[in-house]
Amino acid sequence: MSSVFLALDFQQLFRQFDLLSLATLTIVTATPLTLAALGGVMCERSGVINIALEGIMLTTAFVGFVAALVTHNLAVGLLAALLSGMLIAALHAVLSIEFLVDQIVSGTVINILALGITGVFYRTFLQQQNVKGPGTLPVWRIPLLSDIPWVGPIFFRNQGVTYAMLILVVVVHIVLFNTVWGLRTRACGEHPLAADTAGINVKLVRYVNVISSGVLGGLGGSYFSLQQIGNFLPGITGGRGFIALAAMIFGKWTPIGAFLASLLFAGADTVGVRLQYLGVRLPTQFLSMLPYVLTIVVVAGAMGRAIAPAAVGRPYRKA
Amino acid sequence: MRALGEFLTGRRFRDAVLLPVISLLCGFAVASVVVVLSGANPLDAFGALFEGAFTNRHAVPETLIATIPYIFLGLGVAVGFRAGLFNIGAEGQFYLGAVFGVFVGFNLHGLPGIVHVPIAFLAGMFGGFLWASIPGVLKARFGAHEVITTIMLNYVAFLLTDYLINNKGPLADKHATAPKTPFIDATAQLPILLPGSRLHMGLILALLAVPLVWFLLVRTTIGFRIRAVGLNATAARAAGISVGWTLVTVMGISGALAGLAGADEVLGVSHFMPPSFSVGYGFDAIAVALLARSNPWAILPSAFLFGAMRSGAGFMQLVTGVSADLISIVQATVITFVAAPLLVRWIFRLREVPEAPVHIAEVGGLGAAAPGSAAPTTLEETATS
Repeated sequence: MSSVFLALDFQQLFRQFDLLSLATLTIVTATPLTLAALGGVMCERSGVINIALEGIMLTTAFVGFVAALVTHNLAVGLLAALLSGMLIAALHAVLSIEFLVDQIVSGTVINILALGITGVFYRTFLQQQNVKGPGTLPVWRIPLLSDIPWVGPIFFRNQGVTYAMLILVVVVHIVLFNTVWGLRTRACGEHPLAADTAGINVKLVRYVNVISSGVLGGLGGSYFSLQQIGNFLPGITGGRGFIALAAMIFGKWTPIGAFLASLLFAGADTVGVRLQYLGVRLPTQFLSMLPYVLTIVVVAGAMGRAIAPAAVGRPYRKA
Repeated sequence: MRALGEFLTGRRFRDAVLLPVISLLCGFAVASVVVVLSGANPLDAFGALFEGAFTNRHAVPETLIATIPYIFLGLGVAVGFRAGLFNIGAEGQFYLGAVFGVFVGFNLHGLPGIVHVPIAFLAGMFGGFLWASIPGVLKARFGAHEVITTIMLNYVAFLLTDYLINNKGPLADKHATAPKTPFIDATAQLPILLPGSRLHMGLILALLAVPLVWFLLVRTTIGFRIRAVGLNATAARAAGISVGWTLVTVMGISGALAGLAGADEVLGVSHFMPPSFSVGYGFDAIAVALLARSNPWAILPSAFLFGAMRSGAGFMQLVTGVSADLISIVQATVITFVAAPLLVRWIFRLREVPEAPVHIAEVGGLGAAAPGSAAPTTLEETATS
């Protein structure tokens, strides 16, 4: 008898689980992870570690929100997020490429700076007053495509940043593996001396790649404030920048791999949240731990070893 | 006198004294820009910071209270740096130390204070040790980069503490309205050092920890191994040092010191534990250790400075409305200058390059290369000046 009840319960659980909405939510949740992971791929393939992505996303989420708030225009907010992302990434580039600061230290500096700056300005400009938010980016339904069962709702009924993410996965893949720039990037990340000998400007390649990771991170940051909640809260990124780095590692430093790994992390997150709603008897805190624990497991290489670009983390100085 | 003159113009003085002071001044300069942008007066803000740290009633004891965790945590992070390990997980280890310390504090009864307090401290150290051993083992065994694993374990530690204490968790005080643990027994509370203030015996312990850590690093075999691995893991391995074990040991020591800080905070200051009770001590500790250039003795002034900033920041926020987060901007700038000798040379037009305090060894692409695995090195990349 009891086993029958169990089976019924399970069926009910399954129905409530609603795989379609779970899949849709996973793509949305994977958006900032994928964007930051793509930024990490661009950066590390050229030989520069970027643990500043967390700070970049936090700052750009804030700047994007404030810009949208002041101008009442989400597009301006988005643009401001991208520009500020470039600016912060440029700081990382100057410190680590020009002044040879340890790349991990430089990234940590930016993460601390991001906490400080967003904290101070949040308190001054946003906390006290009842600000009316600029809203969130609209959902765009792609005609015809959005009516395809399963595929439609998952891929073609999204908001702007998610579409951008899906497109950028392909773009970064092509740039990295099918263009001269991509070849140069990978050369600088594997063997900068050889690249230099072949006439490639290693510094320039690294600068451009680090700054473009700022654009990707800025897009990721705008997800939080402009697409997800239409507001800014301190610490809103909650370590997603670091999880994205784990996704990059798990994805073996490739754009498509990073996207799939981000889906895995986002899936763990989504399932965790859903189980909480369903009243699973596990404490909610343990479900919230899922993505973090998964990150540790992945970084430890429990699911297959990955080889990093050989020269990543090493500054290059012309002899 | 002549020796003093030579010292004042020498390179050591510049690297150990002048550079940190200049870094600090630059930190405040950058912070004032932010204060101006946020519409306040930097002089008012820093004035209030100073008052809150030194001249207000109870300000000095409170500054010293804030200095205590910074000494322990700064030492912990510095020990990691010496082996080329970047322990960003001090915050999580601090939490675990507090949980273990408070658990012993309110669960053991009838012990004399002279027994209860050391047991609680040992428990705290064990908690931090345990939490830090996870990334240590993962690094030694699988080459998992400690920067990512320690950060992730911070989040796990916050959630774990929240589960234990919040919402009638296993360690929650069932009779209290607010989520918190029960108070620890009187026998587990640290004696007060300065009557009429909250300054407790933990300060003595922290002051003792400094020479102990110095001795460990400079005068023992373990310390020698730690420094050898930090300077060149491949050479250390060739010399027969087990790099993996050394890394595990270093993380363990680092975590035990962080756990000590957590236990001290519970036994000496709060006497109970709310679900979230740190104001980011573990993250500040990175700046403390970098400013001290990972030198145990230099941790003292460095920790005192950050203790003063931390204890003054609250007053500054209260009086001028400038967020206490301002001090992270000072920290970030300080770290940048201390870690960027070339930047200092460029700004001040120096001829020789000041010595960089951190070389995080075995970076090898976050999470990939196992420690000591041969990474291609060229002469160009190892040359530094």
